[in-house]
Amino acid sequence: MVEQNLLLLLVLTPFVSAALAATLPIGARNAEAWLAGLTMLLALAILAVLYPAVTEGGVITGTFRWVSSVGLDLTFRIDGFSWLFMVLVAGIGFLVILYARYYMGPDDPVPRLYSCLLAFAGAMSGLLLSGNIIMLVVFWELTSLISFLLIGYWFQRQDARDGARLSLIVTASGGLCLMVAMILIGQIAGSYDLDKVLAAGPQITAHRLYPVLLLLFVLGAFTKSAQFPFHFWLPNAMAAPTPVSSYLHSATMVKAGVFVLLRFHPALGGTSEWFQLVTGIGLATLLLGAVVALFRHDLKGLLAYSTISHLGLITALAGIGSPFALIAAVFHIVNHAVFKASLFMAAGIIDHETGTRDMRRLSGLARAMPVTAALAIIASASMAGVPLMNGFLSKEMFFEATYVWNNGSPLDNLAPYVAVLAGAFSAAYSLRFIVTVFFGPKAEDLPQEPHEPPLLMRLPVAVLVASCLAIGIFPQQVLGPWLETASIAVVGPELPHFSLKIWHGVTPALVMSLIAMSLGALLYLLPRRLIDTGEEGPRWMRALDFARGFDWLLQFGTIRAPRLLVRVLSANGLQAQLRAMVLLALAGAWFAVGPLDWNVPLPGIGASELVFALLWLVGGACALGAGWQAKYHRFAALILMGGAGLVTCATFVWLSAPDLAVTQLLVEIATTALLLLGLRWLPKRDEEITGDNNFSARSRRFRDLLIAVACGTGMTALALAVLLTRPGASVGDWFLRNAYVEGGGTNVVNVILVDFRAFDTFGEITVLAVVGLTVYALLRRFRPAPESVERPRPQLDAEEQALEAYLFVPGLLMQWMFAPIIALSAYLFVRGHDLPGGGFAAGVTLAIGLLLQYVAANVRWVEARLTVLPVRWMGTGLVIAMAVGAGAWVFGYPFLSAHAQYIDVPVIGKVPFSTAMLFDLGVFSLVVGAIVLMLIAIAHQSLRVAPRARPVETSESAPEMPSEMPAEETA
Amino acid sequence: MELILALAIGVLVGSGVWLLLRPRSYQVIVGLCLLAYGVNLFIFAMGRLYVGAAPIMPKGGFVDPTAYADPLPQSLVLTAIVISFATTALFLVVMIAARGVSGTDHVDGRERKS
Repeated sequence: MVEQNLLLLLVLTPFVSAALAATLPIGARNAEAWLAGLTMLLALAILAVLYPAVTEGGVITGTFRWVSSVGLDLTFRIDGFSWLFMVLVAGIGFLVILYARYYMGPDDPVPRLYSCLLAFAGAMSGLLLSGNIIMLVVFWELTSLISFLLIGYWFQRQDARDGARLSLIVTASGGLCLMVAMILIGQIAGSYDLDKVLAAGPQITAHRLYPVLLLLFVLGAFTKSAQFPFHFWLPNAMAAPTPVSSYLHSATMVKAGVFVLLRFHPALGGTSEWFQLVTGIGLATLLLGAVVALFRHDLKGLLAYSTISHLGLITALAGIGSPFALIAAVFHIVNHAVFKASLFMAAGIIDHETGTRDMRRLSGLARAMPVTAALAIIASASMAGVPLMNGFLSKEMFFEATYVWNNGSPLDNLAPYVAVLAGAFSAAYSLRFIVTVFFGPKAEDLPQEPHEPPLLMRLPVAVLVASCLAIGIFPQQVLGPWLETASIAVVGPELPHFSLKIWHGVTPALVMSLIAMSLGALLYLLPRRLIDTGEEGPRWMRALDFARGFDWLLQFGTIRAPRLLVRVLSANGLQAQLRAMVLLALAGAWFAVGPLDWNVPLPGIGASELVFALLWLVGGACALGAGWQAKYHRFAALILMGGAGLVTCATFVWLSAPDLAVTQLLVEIATTALLLLGLRWLPKRDEEITGDNNFSARSRRFRDLLIAVACGTGMTALALAVLLTRPGASVGDWFLRNAYVEGGGTNVVNVILVDFRAFDTFGEITVLAVVGLTVYALLRRFRPAPESVERPRPQLDAEEQALEAYLFVPGLLMQWMFAPIIALSAYLFVRGHDLPGGGFAAGVTLAIGLLLQYVAANVRWVEARLTVLPVRWMGTGLVIAMAVGAGAWVFGYPFLSAHAQYIDVPVIGKVPFSTAMLFDLGVFSLVVGAIVLMLIAIAHQSLRVAPRARPVETSESAPEMPSEMPAEETA
Repeated sequence: MELILALAIGVLVGSGVWLLLRPRSYQVIVGLCLLAYGVNLFIFAMGRLYVGAAPIMPKGGFVDPTAYADPLPQSLVLTAIVISFATTALFLVVMIAARGVSGTDHVDGRERKS
């Protein structure tokens, strides 16, 4: 059990530390380094404790239940292979953190860097230790995301932003491919558990979807590990700070791709498709990276292409897939991480001390910084594969793996030649790095005078280079047991014979190595002048700019193609779009309603329903009238629309829906007030619009009339079809049965709203709040049309005094009504649970009460006396509703469970009380806030554009409005 | 009653759709309101319709649900009423803002060329 918890701790601590690191002060470089360094040391300590359990093919698995029903559990497992990888992540992570402490400038915000680095270490650990393949993908994408943040660390730089975006797009889309592949694998294997998947290899490779899932899988791996043709993101990612490059983009993250290739080799590998695809791409990348690296002038560019090339090497080994090749792959993962991280750090030191990374300017640095130079020379010798270095050993194993007979395909026969050629180029660029940067005449025009960096900045490089030498000279003693442990986890218990030592005698691999090295020296030294100062490679190589091609593709795919589509497909203007929507709905309804049996007798109209019929005679006339008049007589249309609304309201009363009637009536008032306020800003329409009566306008109207009649008829038919069907058992019956017993209220509609379906209501009031805020935000930058700015004509004509006198009596009445309306609102609210009413109705009532005051009197006069802070009302409402909902958690119930009982209040008697009523209070408060906010925000627009010339003469002249009122920005 | 209600829904929706297709933004807003009435009534009609049997129950115990109007469509419509008010308000603000910016109340932001 201890081991399981340690395993969890391994993944969890980096994330916790990341959160802590983010909170430290911006310049706290030492504190950050201590925190992050200790986290890494803790991880190393845990790994040390776990080591005995993973030797000899041991596996530790810890499962934490999550969503077992869909096969998702938090399963972590560690075996020898992931153990070795974790040592790299934590060990190099520690060195990088130490290095970053000295690398970052005093102006750089270090908490962001350290927090991201730590989070990356956590994500990488999660990726390596996931025992569930879906979770693996989640952590995989997390590393892509954090890499994005880290590449874009200096986000003020264009190249950093571009590089970050490019790498995110490439690696994250690869991750999506991987996800699909994992789901397919999981479906075929019948489980998402890694162990079961690995055991289901034959089943997966025999499946007919195998080619598809293999392609998706390698797409994921290749994008992450920067394999051709997706390699271009890695050089662009070099805009990241050097510690990031050396940690993510050489030692760990880019290795995630080859990690999954090796990890899933038992499940997916061993087939001819696997060999051709993985080895082929690996070899292509190996050669391409090595060739391009030779011609780079930028130090980090050279190292980036070299990394691509070495990743290609490991990929090729994974593709060959013989046990020996897999061991070589694991070995090279370690070796490459060690020497490449140190080289990146060395490049960072050079950049830091001289101010440039351009190899055309750097020269003779061995004199100014002898120690760094020695370290970097050893590391690049390892990169070139010189004997006595660790790079030599794994490269020789690679040569041997390509040389032996694998399957006799053309690719297999070609492999040794490609390997030697790439080895030659790799020796050439390493040589170039050493010769140009450290030897030759002393550089004169460097931005800074170079000298040795602080000892602690050099220390990580020294540690890594020492490891290079140690592994290179005493391979069996230093790395042998660990490598064996890791290999057993990858290959299985039957390890082939391999021996880690420098001298095997004169083998073909040694000959290949020697050929590669001498060829490499010639390759660089002969055309040296051309390489050192010329263009970055021959013309055909420069023309093959993948990053630019990808950019173009992106540009085309996300900007040009969509625009073209919009131009071709979209309707011109809102009218046409609405018409298309209506016609589509009509067509859809036709298909739904067409097959119904329409041969049913129509019900007659009984005598008692004559009143109802009369009611709708009026209602229908109102609706038609509104439709007819809305163009030239807006006010009349508004009144007619209100008439139709009132008849609707009466219908609700008639058909036993008192709650609806109350709400409809109140909302009707609010809507009318709202539209009245809006009327003022519309253009005058007292003469006919030009061309309103010509033939084309008439024919358009005729067409729309037909559509409208069709819609109306269709809805009538649809409604009849529903109404004439005898209703069976309804869902509502359940609510009727249980409203009182479980909800503690007799008004079932209200109980549904605030109790049974409270979550819906919660969403709905949130929508209301959002709309309110949107209205407010839209009106902040309101620019009225010029001719609307003047005061309305009737106000201009009439004398000011006359106007006030005219409103005197209604105004007084409205003021008197204020208190009764508040009382009514409270009444509606309190009785809501048992009788018609409730939070909505009460809220709208109170809002109308407030609005009436604005109508009754001068706005400034009102606001001097009455402070309404609508945004706070809304906020309070939302918080109350949420708190009530969350309160249920305290008692162990799901969100928004309600509790109901009757409370005996002295004098008044038994009063229903339910926590749902508190929720209703939230609804009430929010509705008040939202409606008042909208109405007042619109009403205030007149105030802000009204001429300021006329001072308020009355004695109650108001001060400035309260601070939170919508018109605050007028001041 | 069924026939009248169905006709009413038809008239409301017909007028609403007619206005929805008109070029002036005010016509569209009135059309949306009328459409909302029609649709609300339609949703309401999905349940059992009774005259004088509101879903307000006596206190205590189980009741016979078929003796009462269906509460579920009612609560749906109640929500719909409030939401349609909110969208009307939003649309009104967009309308007057667009009028200020474009100088016309045509829904496309410019008068038809003809």
